[in-house]
Amino acid sequence: MTTFLQDLKKIDEETGHFGQFGGRFVPEALISALDQLEAEYLKAAADPKFNDDFQDLLKNYVGRPSPLTEAKNLSKHAGGARIFLKREDLNHTGSHKINNVIGQALLTVRMGKKRIIAETGAGQHGVATATAAALFGLECVIYMGEEDTVRQSLNVARMKLLGANVVPVTTGTKTLKDAINEAMRDWVTNVESTHYLLGTVAGPHPFPTIGRNFHSIMGVEARQQILEITGKLPTAVTACVGGGSNAIGLFHPFILDKEVQLHGYEAAGDGIETGRHAATLSGGTIGILHGTRSYVLQDENGQTLASHSISAGLDYPGVGPEHAWLKDTGRAFYHPITDTEAMDAFSLLSRTEGIIPAIETAHAIAGTVNLARELGKDAVIVINCSGRGDKDVETAAKWFKINPKS
Amino acid sequence: MSLLHDTFLKAKSENRAVLIAYLPAGFPTIEGSIKIIKEMLESGVDIIEIGVPYSDPLMDGPVIQQAVDISLHNKTGIKDVMHVVKEVSMLGKPVLTMSYWSPIEKWGIEKFAQQMTHAGGIGVITPDLPPDESQAWITQTDKNNIDRVFVVAPSSTEERLSLVTKNVTGFVYAASLMGVTGTRTEVSNRAEELVARIRKHTTLPVAVGLGVSTTQQVKEVAQFADGVIVGSAFVRIILEQADLSKSIAAIGQLCKDFARVLRKN
Repeated sequence: MTTFLQDLKKIDEETGHFGQFGGRFVPEALISALDQLEAEYLKAAADPKFNDDFQDLLKNYVGRPSPLTEAKNLSKHAGGARIFLKREDLNHTGSHKINNVIGQALLTVRMGKKRIIAETGAGQHGVATATAAALFGLECVIYMGEEDTVRQSLNVARMKLLGANVVPVTTGTKTLKDAINEAMRDWVTNVESTHYLLGTVAGPHPFPTIGRNFHSIMGVEARQQILEITGKLPTAVTACVGGGSNAIGLFHPFILDKEVQLHGYEAAGDGIETGRHAATLSGGTIGILHGTRSYVLQDENGQTLASHSISAGLDYPGVGPEHAWLKDTGRAFYHPITDTEAMDAFSLLSRTEGIIPAIETAHAIAGTVNLARELGKDAVIVINCSGRGDKDVETAAKWFKINPKS
Repeated sequence: MSLLHDTFLKAKSENRAVLIAYLPAGFPTIEGSIKIIKEMLESGVDIIEIGVPYSDPLMDGPVIQQAVDISLHNKTGIKDVMHVVKEVSMLGKPVLTMSYWSPIEKWGIEKFAQQMTHAGGIGVITPDLPPDESQAWITQTDKNNIDRVFVVAPSSTEERLSLVTKNVTGFVYAASLMGVTGTRTEVSNRAEELVARIRKHTTLPVAVGLGVSTTQQVKEVAQFADGVIVGSAFVRIILEQADLSKSIAAIGQLCKDFARVLRKN
C-alpha cells in the first residue's frame, strides 16, 4: 500500500486530477461556469453558516444519520461474517442521491441561479433533484432516457408530482448516457441562469470532487457507527458502482485506513463476455466521456458503446475518475455482477431481512455475499444499502413472473 | 501552416472574409461526403472543416446529431476520415478536421496528427479540449505542422481568452452564441462583442460559427469577423433531399450565394 499512499498525493483537487484520470474535457463555453461552481463550493465549504444549513437539512429533512443495520440472517446465509447495511434506503426520497442534491441545491441558491437541470437513470437522482427544487423554489428540468422513463415510470410520476418537467431523451441509446448529453446541451445554452446538478461523481472537474465530498457523509457516519458497535474498523466496505457516487461516498473516509478493503460491484448485465454489460472498470479501457478521463466502454475510434444492465441506475458506459484511480493504484477492487446474480440477491435480501433493495443495491448485496464467504466468519463488512426497491417492483415482478392479481 | 495563413491573407487583400464550410465525414456516405466537399470547394468555399463523427456530440444540435448518427451507422472510422481528407485536399485548399477529443485520444494523439499530415490536412479544431488539458496535443501538432484551433465562447473571461489565444495557431474559432450548433433566425449580438474582445489578445484571424445559415447572416458576420463558418445549413439540405446529385447542386448554389455576398460586402 505504500504505492497507494504515495499516489494519494496525485489527487490534485485544484485541477481535479486523480493521477491521469479526471480533468475537464468540455467546451470553453462551460469553463467559466465550472470555475464559478468550484469557487462557490470552496467559499461555502469554509463558511460555518453553509455547513450549519447543510447539516440541519441532512438531519431534519433527509433524516440523517441513517442507521447501520446488522443483517444477521444474511450473515448466516453468507457463512457467518458480520454484515451491516448502511441504510441510505431510509433517507427521504429513498436513496443516497439526496445527500449531494441538498449540497448542490444550497450552492445553486448561493450562486443566485433560479433553475436546475439534471439527468437521471433510475430516477432516484431526478426525484431527489425535483424534491430539492420544490423545497428551494427552483425551476427544475430532468432529462431521462426514453427507455428509462418506461422501466422507471413510477419515478417519472413522482418527479412530475414534485413539479419538475421531465424530458424524455430519444437520441442515441435512450438511456442515462444520452440524458447526460441532453443536460449538457441545455447547460451550454442556459449556463448563466442554470445550475447543472450532476448526479454522479463523473463529469468535468469539480463535479467528481464536490459530489464525493457531499456524499462522504455516508462513510463518515458508517465509520463512526461500526467503531461504536464493534470497537474496530471493518474488514471491508462494499457498494455498487455505476457512475460511482454511493461507492465513493462510503469508500472515501476509509481510503487512508489501509487495512479496510474497498470492493465495488459493477453491472455485468448478461455477462462481460457477451458484450451486453455496464462493467466499465472490469471491461472498459481508458478514454474520455462526458468531460472526464476515466474507464469507458468504447471502440478503437473513441465511440462510446451502448451499455446494458437490468438496473437503470448502473446502465452507464463510464465511471467516476476517482474510481479509475482507486482501481489502478490497487486500493479498491471492482467485480462484475450479472443481472441474474443481482436479481437473486434482490430476492435474498427481501426474504432474509425484510428489506427490498433497489436493483442497483442488489448488485452490492450479491457481491458481498461472495466476499463474505471468502473472508470467513471473523470478517466484518459494511454494505452501502444505497436505495430502496419500491421503484423496481414492476421490473422484479416481471423477472420473477409474479402476477399481482392472482 | 502557411496554406491557412495565406488563405486568410489573400481574402484580406480582397477585402473580404473567408468562407468556411463544415460537413461530417461519412455523411450521407463516405463517397457522398467527398463529392459534396469537392463541390463546396469548387463553389467558393475557402476552407473546409471535416467533422469526425462521435457518438456523444454535446456541442451539436439535432441537425448535426442526425447527420453524425447516419455517419456512424455507415461505420465511418478515423481511417475513413483520413481518406476523405486525402481526397479533398487534392483540390489545394486548406482542409481541417473537427473532432471531439475522445476519438483523437483513443486513436492516439501522435498517430492522429501524423495521419492528418500524411493525408494533406493542415489543421484540427477540438471543440471540447481546453488548453489546460492539451499538453500532449500541443507537442504533437507542433511536431507535425498541424494548426491547432480552439473554440471560445461569449462566456469566456479575459483570462480564458488570453490562455486560449496563446495556444491557438491558424485562427481562433469564436462561437457566436451560448448553445449548440444549428440554424438560428438571427445572429447573436454577442458575436461582434466577442470578436472585439478576442482581438485584444491576438492578431490571429477570427472566424465565427454557430447558428450562421443564411446569406444575410453571412454578410452580417463578415463585417466584423475574418471568417464565416457554416455547417447545419448544408447538413439540413442533405437530410431533406434523398437524391445526392440534387443536394450537391443545392449545396453548390448555396456556397456560390455565400461567396457572392462576401465579395459584395
